[in-house]
Amino acid sequence: MPILISRRTRAIVAGITGNQGSFHTKLMLAYGTQIAAGVTPGKGGATVQGVPTYDTVAAALEKTDANASIIFVPAPHAKESTMEAIDSGLNPVVVITEGIPARDAMIMVAYARERNVVIVGPNTPGVITPGESKLGIMPGDVFSPGNVGLASRSGTLTYEISQSLTHAGIGQSTCLGIGGDPFTGLNFVDVLKLFREDDSTKSVVLIGEIGGSAEEDAARYIKDTGYEKPVVAYVAGRAAPPGKRMGHAGAIITGSEGTAAAKIESLASAGVKVAEVPSELPNLLRGRTAPLQV
Amino acid sequence: MKLFEFEAKSLAQNLGIPVPKGAVASNGEEARDAYKRIGGDVVVKAQVLVAGRGKAGGIKFASTSDETRERTNEILGLSIKGERAKKVLIEQKLSTKRELYVSIVQDRANRCQTVLASGQGGIDIEQVARETPERVVRHRLDQIFGMRSFDARDVALRLGYTGQQLNMLTDILSNLYRLSVVYDAELVESNPLVETQDGKFVAADLRVIMDDNSLFRHPEFQERSKEVSGEVTPLEAKARERDLAFVELDGNVGIIGNGAGLVMATIDLVKHFGGNPANFCDVGGGANADHVAAALDVIQSSEKVQLVFINILAGITRCDEVAKGIVEVKKVVGLKKPLVIRMSGTNQEEGRAILKSAGLGSLDKMDEAAKMAATGGL
Repeated sequence: MPILISRRTRAIVAGITGNQGSFHTKLMLAYGTQIAAGVTPGKGGATVQGVPTYDTVAAALEKTDANASIIFVPAPHAKESTMEAIDSGLNPVVVITEGIPARDAMIMVAYARERNVVIVGPNTPGVITPGESKLGIMPGDVFSPGNVGLASRSGTLTYEISQSLTHAGIGQSTCLGIGGDPFTGLNFVDVLKLFREDDSTKSVVLIGEIGGSAEEDAARYIKDTGYEKPVVAYVAGRAAPPGKRMGHAGAIITGSEGTAAAKIESLASAGVKVAEVPSELPNLLRGRTAPLQV
Repeated sequence: MKLFEFEAKSLAQNLGIPVPKGAVASNGEEARDAYKRIGGDVVVKAQVLVAGRGKAGGIKFASTSDETRERTNEILGLSIKGERAKKVLIEQKLSTKRELYVSIVQDRANRCQTVLASGQGGIDIEQVARETPERVVRHRLDQIFGMRSFDARDVALRLGYTGQQLNMLTDILSNLYRLSVVYDAELVESNPLVETQDGKFVAADLRVIMDDNSLFRHPEFQERSKEVSGEVTPLEAKARERDLAFVELDGNVGIIGNGAGLVMATIDLVKHFGGNPANFCDVGGGANADHVAAALDVIQSSEKVQLVFINILAGITRCDEVAKGIVEVKKVVGLKKPLVIRMSGTNQEEGRAILKSAGLGSLDKMDEAAKMAATGGL
C-alpha cells in the first residue's frame, strides 16, 4: 500500500467549476484517479467532466464516499475550502493553490495538525502514485511505477527528475511536492517517516532548494534515527544571491540562513548522497557515482 | 512589501501604539515648518526601505529649525545603499532609559508566529541571538488562538517589568500583534522600543513588512505596492511590469525557464559548465506564448546579455505554445541575441516543427543545452 494515495483514494475536487479545476479533473480522471465529487459554492447540481458537483463538502459526503480532497480554489478563498475539507475528515488534503497568504497557511496547517489530517502543499504540484492515482497537476506520463519515493519543493524540477528516472528504468512508488511556500503542511521529515513505513518504497529522493530549513531538518532526522533506506538528494539554488525571492515565496536566503551550501553540507554529513546536477540522480540511486556524461 | 517607517508608525498610532511626536518632510522648507510644530531636540531620519541607514548617515540630530532644514537637505542628497530618500521623518528626541527589541516574526521552523524580545535593543538582534542567546526572549504563538494577553504578559515579565509597566508593555505587545494581523505582516519590528526616563514605552523605530500574497485583502495598498524601492534594478522593474518572476544576476547568459526550481537548477547547471547567468526568470509552470515572448523581450533588452538560454520542460505547458512565443518575438522585434533552446515534453514535435520553420533549432537534454549555453552557443 503506497503512501498518501492509492487506487482506493476517492477525491473531492474543491473549485471544480473553475478553469484549472475542470481541466485537471479531466486529466486526473484520464490517469485513472477516482473523483467522487466536486464542490463549488452556488454551483450545486452541476456536472463537470461527468462529476456531480455540490455546494458544500457535507452535501457531497451525503451522496458519495469520498476520503480525500484536492483544492483548486483561488487564494482569497483557499483557506476556507481547506478548513472545510479538514473539518469533514477528508485526508489527505492536497492544496494546489499558489499565492495563499502565509497567515492563512499557518492557520490551515495548525488546524490540520490538531485534526490529524495531512495537508500536502500549499503551492504544490500534488501527489502521484504512478499507475494508480494522481491528485495533482503533474503530467502523468513522466512517471512510472517502481520503488523510489520522491519528495520535492518544486514542480517542473520534479517532472524533469522523474522523467530522467523513468528513462533510466527507475520507477517510483509515490512522488509529491511538499510545496514552494514558506509554510507547508507535510514537510520532508513527515515524508521520510511515511516512506520509512512503506514497503513499496526502497529508496528516497529529496529535491530541495534554498530557503527555510526543511533540508537541514531532514538531514538531522536521517542521522538521529539511523534511517535505513538509502536517501539521495539534489538542492537547487547554489548560485542564488541572498535576500532575493527566487520565484517561490519560500525560496529566499535570509541573512546567512537557508543557503544551498549549508543544506548540501548537512545532508552529506547525514550520509545522503547529493547530486551535483539533476541528471546524476539515477546513477546515485544505482549506487554508482559515474562521471557526468554530456 | 516593505513599508516606510512613517507609514508603519501611522498605522501603529491608529492601533494605540505610542510613537514619538513627529512629522514628514520632502524638502528643507517643509522640515523647517515641521520643526516648529515639534520643537526641542529632534531626530531627522531618512525614509528608505533598505536597512542600515544609520551607518550610511541617514539619521541626524538637530535642535533648531535651521539645523533641521540643513540636516534634511543633507539626508535627501544621500544615496543610502543605492536608494535615495524622498522623504525624512522628523521626530522628537526621546529621553531614553533603556532600549528594548521587540518583533513578531513568521517563524518558518515552528510554523507559527513567534515573539522575539530583548532588553538589548538598538543593535543587531541576530548578533545578540548568536552571541548571547540567553538575552533573547522567544515566545511562540498558537496560530489558532493568536496572541492572548497572557502571552504578551509572559514576554513583558521576562523582560523584567512589573506593576504598571508590565501592564503598559503587555498592551503595546498586544497591539503590535494586532498590527501584524490587521496588515498581514511578515514582520513587525520595533528596534528600539524605548523605555523613557519617566517609565513609559515608545516605539522609536518601527518596521513593517506586509506579505505580498495578502495584498488582495488590502486594496488601499494597491497603488503603493507598485512603487519601486531602491532594492529593485531597472531590469527587474521592467520584468515585474510584465508579471515575470525575475531576479537580476551579474553574468551574461540570459536564462528563461518554467517553474522556480527548474530555473534555479538551470542557473546552477550553466554555472557548473563555466557560464555566468545574467538572471533568474520563471515564466511559470503553465506558461503560454505571451509569457515566453514577454520574458525574451525583457531579457534581450539588457545590454550585458550575450546569449539567451530557454529551458522548458513542458507538462501543463505545451512546447508548441513556447515555440510560438519565441517565433512571435523573432517576427515582431527580431532576435537580438543568439538563443539556445531546450524543449522537452508535451507537444515536443509540434514545437520543434514551429521553431524549425522559423530557422531555429532546439535540444532535448538539459545538460547538453546548458553546456552549450555556458560555452557561448558553440
